[in-house]
Amino acid sequence: MSTQPVDQRVGRDEVHPLIKWMRNNRRVLTSAGFLFLMLIAFVIASPDVFTQFRTYRSVMIALPVSIFVVIPLVFVVTAGEIDLSFPAVVGMASYGFAAIVDAGGNPLLGIFAALAIGVVLGYLNGILVVHIGLSALVATLGMNFLLRGLINITVEGFSIAMPELRGTLVHSLMTDDPILGIPNQMLWATAFAILGLFLYNYHRFGIHVHCVGDHPGSAAEMGVNVARTRIMVFVFTGIGAALAGVFSVMINFVWWPTTGDGLLLPVLAGLFVGGTPTWGGIGTVLGGAFGVTIVSFIETGVIAAGLTGFFTQFFYGLIIIVSLIGQRFNGARVR
Amino acid sequence: MSDYIIELKNITKSFGNVNAVEGVSLQIKPGEVVGLIGDNGAGKSTLIKILSGVHPPDKGEIFVRGEKVSHWNAARSRLSGIETVYQDRALVIQQSITRNIFMGREIQRRFGFVDTKKQRQEANRLMRDIGFTSKVFDPDSPVATLSGGERQGVAIARALYFDAELIILDEPTTALSLTETRKVFSFIENVRARGKSIIFIGHNIYHVYDVAERFIVLDRGKIVLTSDKTEVSSAEYLIETMHDIAETGHAEIHA
Ligand SMILES: Nc1ncnc2c1ncn2[C@@H]1O[C@H](COP(=O)(O)OP(=O)(O)OP(=O)(O)O)[C@@H](O)[C@H]1O
Ligand SMILES: [Mg+2]
Repeated sequence: MSTQPVDQRVGRDEVHPLIKWMRNNRRVLTSAGFLFLMLIAFVIASPDVFTQFRTYRSVMIALPVSIFVVIPLVFVVTAGEIDLSFPAVVGMASYGFAAIVDAGGNPLLGIFAALAIGVVLGYLNGILVVHIGLSALVATLGMNFLLRGLINITVEGFSIAMPELRGTLVHSLMTDDPILGIPNQMLWATAFAILGLFLYNYHRFGIHVHCVGDHPGSAAEMGVNVARTRIMVFVFTGIGAALAGVFSVMINFVWWPTTGDGLLLPVLAGLFVGGTPTWGGIGTVLGGAFGVTIVSFIETGVIAAGLTGFFTQFFYGLIIIVSLIGQRFNGARVR
Repeated sequence: MSDYIIELKNITKSFGNVNAVEGVSLQIKPGEVVGLIGDNGAGKSTLIKILSGVHPPDKGEIFVRGEKVSHWNAARSRLSGIETVYQDRALVIQQSITRNIFMGREIQRRFGFVDTKKQRQEANRLMRDIGFTSKVFDPDSPVATLSGGERQGVAIARALYFDAELIILDEPTTALSLTETRKVFSFIENVRARGKSIIFIGHNIYHVYDVAERFIVLDRGKIVLTSDKTEVSSAEYLIETMHDIAETGHAEIHA
């Protein structure tokens, strides 16, 4: 509404639908474009490695673990929160799984146990942040140490090997590769990402997550249950971390007391490289998946290019900064 | 069935040391337009946020159509037919116009999924109804791209959409041009003609005097005056009374 009759104004109308679509999806397009350019660069730098399917296959073995955590983290950050406890939740949930399998239990039962642990720990994070009012950053960081400490106290450094998983139906459903040699875990992770995409954009939960992260006061005034929405994003992260933990153990046949620890930095980097900004209210689920894919390829690319592992960190940093600069062109926070 | 859409009895609400609302009782009848006036900080917004379920009262009772309600909250108040245009507009500006209009009351399909296509069509129609042209305004564009007055238009359109029994407008005309203000008034007439109730909060007493048929004056959290328009001869008279209240803390209507 304005003092001038609106229909006589020009300038904001008549954009082509494709341009509009690109504008609305510019964050995910940026990360997809970045992934594409990076792969081209790798193909040019080491064609004999990056034209081989097994290079991609090897990345697809462990990448799903990151995807299971990054998708719910997109929800968390969109809601204006953060969860740094996911590495230890991965560890705890997969410990539940491993303990049950090790004791001769059904792996399916182990999966349910892992999910239950994820839900409970996520809920606990939610209570600490939402009802007790602790800072999400500090509280979940504390939980990460606390849970990892509990694991170490309990197992005293021992890992659990589960060769008995091999050949079980659950294991082959989760990790075989009957379709074009693509590991099943990649298909599960893709399905999870698509589910996340629909939840995020078309489900009341995802829409409320956007509103709460954008302006919690406004959301509350319009009747959105802000507290419940905020707790649910932590529960969702717990679920994602549990799935990540189970897949990680299924892939390796071993549970280590450190399982999940290595995820912290690559997953956070992937999340932000993927185009979800830090301030809340907006984000992209597919971008998050692309982001962790970018990060996963860096190590492979560096080694394939004949550089030593020492370069990996340097390239992590470089690619994070460069892609964040790319995302910066998608705009700063509006107020 | 009660005579009132909503009734407050002895409502008290404080924030720390500030007693924003103290022992307020009021009733809203179907089809009436009530003007709620008072100085800055008198507690008007707090009072209507209690009505709309945003703030739980510290003390007192709320009756909706004669029935006492407990655990009153914003979602419930909207479901029982109360829509509010808040002073702060209650918008989420990084989200689309459509998402803002349906925030908290999404059109749902199965399993909690939202019918985004239907919402978009409805938003488009609604924006056109209130004078946005679809050429300029796309229901997908974020509210951040709109001007202050346009944003206010979205907030008002949203209150209109759900066909409420009671619409609460907290300073709906601040930041609006004359033409837009006139639009808001014709909208109020429209709502009144359909037999719905309105609570109108405003600092422009002339505006309030024109639209309302009953006035409630709030001062430092208490109702100091309730009177029908028939008891108030003119807007000037109402302004005079407000001055008295500011000085003495109470008021009488002199015949
Ligand atoms: N969320 C809050 N937290 C703390 N104090 C508050 C809050 N909301 C209102 N107050 C205080 O309560 C009192 C009444 O505020 P309220 O917003 O209801 O006044 P108002 O009559 O709407 O004023 P205005 O005409 O300026 O909008 C003020 O002293 C205000 O500072
Ligand atoms: Mg106010």
